[in-house]
Amino acid sequence: MNIVVCIKQVPQTTNVKIDPVTNTLVREGVESQINPFDLYALEEAVRVKERLAAQGVESTVTVVSMGPPQVDAALREALTLGADAAVLLSDRAFAGSDTWATSYALAAAVSALKADLVFCGMQAIDGDTAQTGPGITVHAEYALATYVSKIDEISEKRATVHRLLEDGYEVCDVALPALFTVVKEINEPRTPSLRGKMRAKSAQIPVWTAASLQLDPERCGLKGSPTQVVKVFSPEHRAGGERWEGDPTELAAKLLEIVRERVTV
Amino acid sequence: MSIRVIEDKCKGCTLCVKACPTMAVKMEGKLATIAVESCNFCGSCVSACKFKAITIEIEKQAREDLDAYTGVWVFGEQHDGQLAGVVPELIGAGRRLADARGCALGVVVLGHELDALGAAVAKYPVDKVYLYDHPKLARYRPEPYSRVLANLCRRYKPEIVLAGATTIGRGFLSRVAVDLYTGLTADCTGLEVGEDGLLYQTRPAFGGNIMATILCPYTRPQMATVRHKVMPAALPGDVARAAIIRETPVEQLLTSSVNILEFIPDFTQKVNLVDADVIVSGGRGMGKPEHFALLQELADLLGGAVGSSRAAVDAGWMPYPHQVGQTGKTVCPKLYIACGISGAVQHLAGMSSSDCIIAINKDKDAPIFQVADFGFVGDVLEVVPALITQLKAARAPVGVCGA
Repeated sequence: MNIVVCIKQVPQTTNVKIDPVTNTLVREGVESQINPFDLYALEEAVRVKERLAAQGVESTVTVVSMGPPQVDAALREALTLGADAAVLLSDRAFAGSDTWATSYALAAAVSALKADLVFCGMQAIDGDTAQTGPGITVHAEYALATYVSKIDEISEKRATVHRLLEDGYEVCDVALPALFTVVKEINEPRTPSLRGKMRAKSAQIPVWTAASLQLDPERCGLKGSPTQVVKVFSPEHRAGGERWEGDPTELAAKLLEIVRERVTV
Repeated sequence: MSIRVIEDKCKGCTLCVKACPTMAVKMEGKLATIAVESCNFCGSCVSACKFKAITIEIEKQAREDLDAYTGVWVFGEQHDGQLAGVVPELIGAGRRLADARGCALGVVVLGHELDALGAAVAKYPVDKVYLYDHPKLARYRPEPYSRVLANLCRRYKPEIVLAGATTIGRGFLSRVAVDLYTGLTADCTGLEVGEDGLLYQTRPAFGGNIMATILCPYTRPQMATVRHKVMPAALPGDVARAAIIRETPVEQLLTSSVNILEFIPDFTQKVNLVDADVIVSGGRGMGKPEHFALLQELADLLGGAVGSSRAAVDAGWMPYPHQVGQTGKTVCPKLYIACGISGAVQHLAGMSSSDCIIAINKDKDAPIFQVADFGFVGDVLEVVPALITQLKAARAPVGVCGA
């Protein structure tokens, strides 16, 4: 079975701050990381591979990412964490892609890899949209389950999954091919293995372009993106307010006063 | 598309270099230069430049007649016949946008046995209520829901479609937008009609560290999911004012590769975290899991929910659905009480848009105090019990206190 994991390289958000004077992004010592949710997606893919192996079904886990050439580093990191192969979608034509154009390109890769099962993180911590995974399922015509917190059963044909909703868990039976977006609760990712590190060092990571995927150039990158960012600015700065210290009972009395001004108790 | 630096306007101030999230801008002597292979055309440098020295040009045009689209639609998300909490807020926002555009506001409800709900929605300040009623739509499933809404959009051609940024809305609208080949902006906190008649959609990104305004200029409908508890809710009137339109279901749209087997309610959440007006949240400073019972008691007294930092979830003190922050939930209650939470950036990403933040922490240098409107430097295990005692005393029936 072919299992594909879509990952995104994102900045380590702790480095992203707004300079209050210049109103610009301050990104000292910019470091990249694999989007945290995608690590859970990758781990779950590797676990599914292991579970299927126990049923006598062979499978491979391929990680796919779209971005500039430096995303190669994120893909190699994924190889240390249990992925068997990696593919980089990188092309000048992809620049400026919004979630529509990103899901269009990733869906083509997913289809080219003949994926039976695709994993994505619930959302990326830079864009926070949660749209790309679901978008892929329309382009590639896959079933979708979002916010997956547990895979009860998995076979070559179907999966039974738990989805974390606002007020509980929904248990669904999903026919493959399908795409799952996962939440943090689903697992605890493993640490890199020595074998994985060796593999990552020597791996050949192919670079796929819009042309090699036979994509419509009108649907790629900025040109293919229906949305346009017209302004980026800093949110209203939240400054620390009043502060009290002292006797707990007095603190509690002051706190109660503040609470009662805001909610009826 | 092209991006370029106008050489005689560039002063070499490097603001654009600092603004670029992809590090595509470099200085060559006193002149900014942009490496197009790294640029994602986000416009950050254009906004940052004080000298209007950078321009982005996009050669694009509409594929169809955009004027054929009119009206604002709200997706009336429902669960077992109950309207989702965000819907009255969407109606409030939708009404404002429809009035600005001089067009009608419709609410589209998908589900089963919708008569009572349809009548209730018709009392809100809306013009039309579309009911798409079929047993196969009783609970949300991605394929039939997105096909039905896309189909309705093709037929009625609304100009704007809004849905809640809920677990349903975020996945489902993305499918509809891809199907219709139009733009979708996630998690909006601001929606305005500009002088050009376009919908200016403002949303937080980078965990709330950055705000971005987004347009969908060349395709319709303009679609947005809207964050819960940000926009003021519309109130229903006494009588129905909207026309109810019953759609005839089309069976071919309703097939699904997903079958729902069961729903398991989360009994650890007495009040749903994202709907709560008050959240009492605990972190590592609570000391041990048993102490979260105090937070539950306080939350119960305030009619609120209990949240948690990642540290407390990873330690196994609280279940994951309670986690607030970057890898958990994003909440915006009226009141957020952070108890023994240091305030890591990742936690702030999930709660810094709360109306009012109160922090209780032993460490007067804890970063949480930099975002808290009211800070209390003290031991949560002393302050919270004292608060509970005082709350109970204040609520005791008249006479008991001798008053």
